[in-house]
Amino acid sequence: MTSLFRQIIVVTLMNLRSLSQRLGASAVVVIGIGGVVAVLVSVLAMSTGMIRTMENSGREDRAVVMRNGATAEASSVIVRSAARLISEGVGVRRADTGEPLVSVEALRVLSLFRKDDDAEINAILRGVGPRVLDVRPELKIVAGRMFRPAVAEVIVGQSAHRQFKGLDVGDELTVRGLRWKVVGVFTSGGDAHESSLLADAETLMSLDQRGDFQSVTALLTSPAAFDAFRDSLTTHPELAVDVLRERDYYRQQSEAMSRIISVIAYVVGGIMAVGAVFGALNTMYSAVSARLQEIATLRAIGFGATAVVVSVLAEALLLSLLGGALGSLIAWLFFHGNTVSTIGGFGQLVFQLNVDTSLVVLGIVWACVIGLIGGLFPAVRAARQPVAMALRAV
Amino acid sequence: MSHLGLIRAGLWRKPARTVYTMASIIVAFLLFGLLQGINQGFGSALASVDIDRLYVSARSNMTDGLPIAQLERIRAVPGVRSVSLWAYFGAYYQEARQPIPAFATDVEPLFDVYRDMEVDPEYLQAMQRTRAGALISEALAREYGWKVGDRIMLGTSIWTDKSGSNSWPFDIVGTFDASAYGAGFPGFYFNYSYFDEARAFGTGNVHYYIVAVSDPSRAEQVGRDIDALFANSADETRTQTESALAQMQLKQLGDINFIVNAIVGAVLFTLLFLTANTMMQSVRERTSELAVLKTLGFSDSRVLVLVLMEALVLCVFAGAIGMTLAVLAFEGGMLRQLFGNFSMPPSVIVMGAALALILALVSGLAPAWRASRLNIVDALAGR
Repeated sequence: MTSLFRQIIVVTLMNLRSLSQRLGASAVVVIGIGGVVAVLVSVLAMSTGMIRTMENSGREDRAVVMRNGATAEASSVIVRSAARLISEGVGVRRADTGEPLVSVEALRVLSLFRKDDDAEINAILRGVGPRVLDVRPELKIVAGRMFRPAVAEVIVGQSAHRQFKGLDVGDELTVRGLRWKVVGVFTSGGDAHESSLLADAETLMSLDQRGDFQSVTALLTSPAAFDAFRDSLTTHPELAVDVLRERDYYRQQSEAMSRIISVIAYVVGGIMAVGAVFGALNTMYSAVSARLQEIATLRAIGFGATAVVVSVLAEALLLSLLGGALGSLIAWLFFHGNTVSTIGGFGQLVFQLNVDTSLVVLGIVWACVIGLIGGLFPAVRAARQPVAMALRAV
Repeated sequence: MSHLGLIRAGLWRKPARTVYTMASIIVAFLLFGLLQGINQGFGSALASVDIDRLYVSARSNMTDGLPIAQLERIRAVPGVRSVSLWAYFGAYYQEARQPIPAFATDVEPLFDVYRDMEVDPEYLQAMQRTRAGALISEALAREYGWKVGDRIMLGTSIWTDKSGSNSWPFDIVGTFDASAYGAGFPGFYFNYSYFDEARAFGTGNVHYYIVAVSDPSRAEQVGRDIDALFANSADETRTQTESALAQMQLKQLGDINFIVNAIVGAVLFTLLFLTANTMMQSVRERTSELAVLKTLGFSDSRVLVLVLMEALVLCVFAGAIGMTLAVLAFEGGMLRQLFGNFSMPPSVIVMGAALALILALVSGLAPAWRASRLNIVDALAGR
C-alpha cells in the first residue's frame, strides 16, 4: 500500500514536472474550465444577491396584509375602514400609548432616470404610516432628516439615491404636477426598501387624490403571534384579506425572477461544461500520447497501472482546480459587490451581486467534476496500453 | 490525391482529437445560437413594430391611468386616424400561475388600430350585443380549449366587482387571428363599458390610449400635439411610439445585452484558444508529412491554403451543427416556457456563419503560416 502510494507520488511529480513543456495544451483545460466557472458563479451571484436582499427585507414578527387574491401590493386595495379593522387585529404590538404599531401603506409607481444610461425606470414611492419608524426600526436616516406629515416631502433609499438622477437632498421631484422635496436619505439594512422612496401615506393620498391604501404592515408581539393575527383577520366577516409573514411575502416576490436567473446559470453553465469536458479530453489525451513511451517504461520497470491512472487524474484535477480558482477569482474580481437592478416585484429592485464561499465551492466542485471526466478516459487508456507495443512505437 | 482528400486525411489523422474539438465547437455555437437568438429575438420584436401607432399613458407612470374623458379630445387631434384604449385587467384562469393577457377595450377601433388582426365582422357585432362578451385570439382558444359560446370565469389580481368578488364571468363571442403581431400580442379583449360599470373602484380610468395616425411620417408631431393638449392639467400624458415603449419596457429588465455578450465572449475566447491549440498541435505532429508534400511539388501557398482549409472545414462543419441544434431548440419549444415565443432570427445565423469563418482564420493562420514556411530539408531531417 505504501509502495503504491509512493509510486503515485513519483509518477505524478514526474508528470507535473513535464507540464512546462505542455503549457499551451494545459492552458486549454485551465482557461476552458475557468470560463465555465466564471460564468456559472457570476450568474448565480445575481440570484443569491437578489434572494439575500429580499430575505433581508422581512422580519418574522411582521406581517403584510393585502386584499385577498392580490399577488402583490401593486394589485391590492385596502379601504380605510378595513385598514382600521386590521390594526385592531389580535397580536399587534402596541406602543406605550396603546396605539397599534402598524403602517398603512399606499404605493405609487414613479418613472425615474437611471444615472448610468439615462434609461427610464419604474421606481416605487411608498406612502407609509406615522408609526413607520416603530414598525421598521431598521430604517435609519443617513443624510438630511425624516419627512414631515402634511408637506410634500420624501426620503429616498440609499440604493435609489445611488441609482437614479435627481434624488439628492434638496432636489425636487415632480409627480403629476406636484413637487415633492427630497429631504433625506435612508438605509434599511440593504433590503428591498432601499430601492424605493418613502413619504407620508395620508399626504400622498390627499395630495394626488387617487386610489386607496394598498397594504398594511403590522408589527406583532412575537413571531408566534402570527397565526392568531392571521386567523383574527381572515375570519373577520367584514374583511376579505390575505395575511402573509413579511419574509414569505418578499421571498415570494423575488421567486420567479431568481428562479429564472438560476435556470439560466445552470443551463448555460451546463452546456459550457460539456464543451470544457471535450477540451479537457483533448488535452489529456495528447498529454498521455506524448508520454506513451515514458509510461510504458515505467510499467516495464514495475510501476502499477493504478499509479499511472491516478497520476493522470491528478494532473487533470490540478489543472481543473487551477481553472476553478481562476474562474471564481474572475467572478469575484469583476462582479462581486457590483450593483445590478432588475424588476423585482416592486418596480425596480437594486441589489448587489454576491459571490460567497458557497458559490466558490460550487464552482470548484464543477471544475473538479469536469476535470475528472476529462481525465478519466485518457488515464485508463494510458494504463491499458500494452507495454511492449508502446515501447516499440517510435 | 485531391485537395479534399488531403483535407480529410489531415483531419482524420487523429479522429479522437478532431471529434473532441468539433464537439467543443458545436457546444460553443449551440450556446451562441441560443443566447444571441434570445437577445436578438427581443431586438427584432422591437424592430418589427409599426411606426404608425402611438401609445398614450399617464406622464407620471402608466399605472396611474388616464380619465376616459380624454378619448374624444385625442380623437379630435388632426392626423389621428383612430383611437382605441386598454385597461389592464391582471387576469388569470383558475390559478394565479396561469395569467391571461386580458384587456378591457373598445373593440371596433381596436381592430382599426391593429389593422393586421383578422376578425369576422359578425363577431364584432356580437360584441356590441353581448355585455360580458369577449373576443379571444385563436392561439388562446387553442391553448385553453375555449370555444365560441363558452362562458368562462377569470380571476383578477387587481379588480373587484361591486359585490367584492374578483372572479369575473365572460362569454366568448368570437375569435380573431393576431398572428401578424407575434405570439406575445395580448389575446383576450372584452368591453370597456361592461368593465367600467362593474368594477368597484377606478371608474373612468384607462391605462393606454392607442392611437393610429393617418400619416406615419407625422407620428412624432401628432404625439407632441396630444401631449400639448393635456400639458399642465392634472392628467398629463406621455405619447410614445411603439418601439420606444417596447425599449423602455425591456430596459426595466436590466442590461440583457451586456450579460449575453459577456457570456458569449467568454465562450468564444475559450473556444478560440482550444481550436488554435488543436490546429497547432496537428501541424507540429505532421511536420514531416507536410515536408513530403512540398517535396512532391506543393508550393508554399498551396500548403498554407491546405492547412487553412482544414481549419475552415472543421469550424464551419461543427459551427453548422451547433447552429442547427440551436434552431431545433427554438423550434422544439423548450425555450418558449421561459421566454415566450421566439424563433431564431436569420441575422443570428449569418453572425454564426461569420464567426465560424473568423474562428477558422484566426485559429488556422499561425499553424498554416508555420506549415508554409517549412524548410523541406530541415523538416525531413526532423530538426
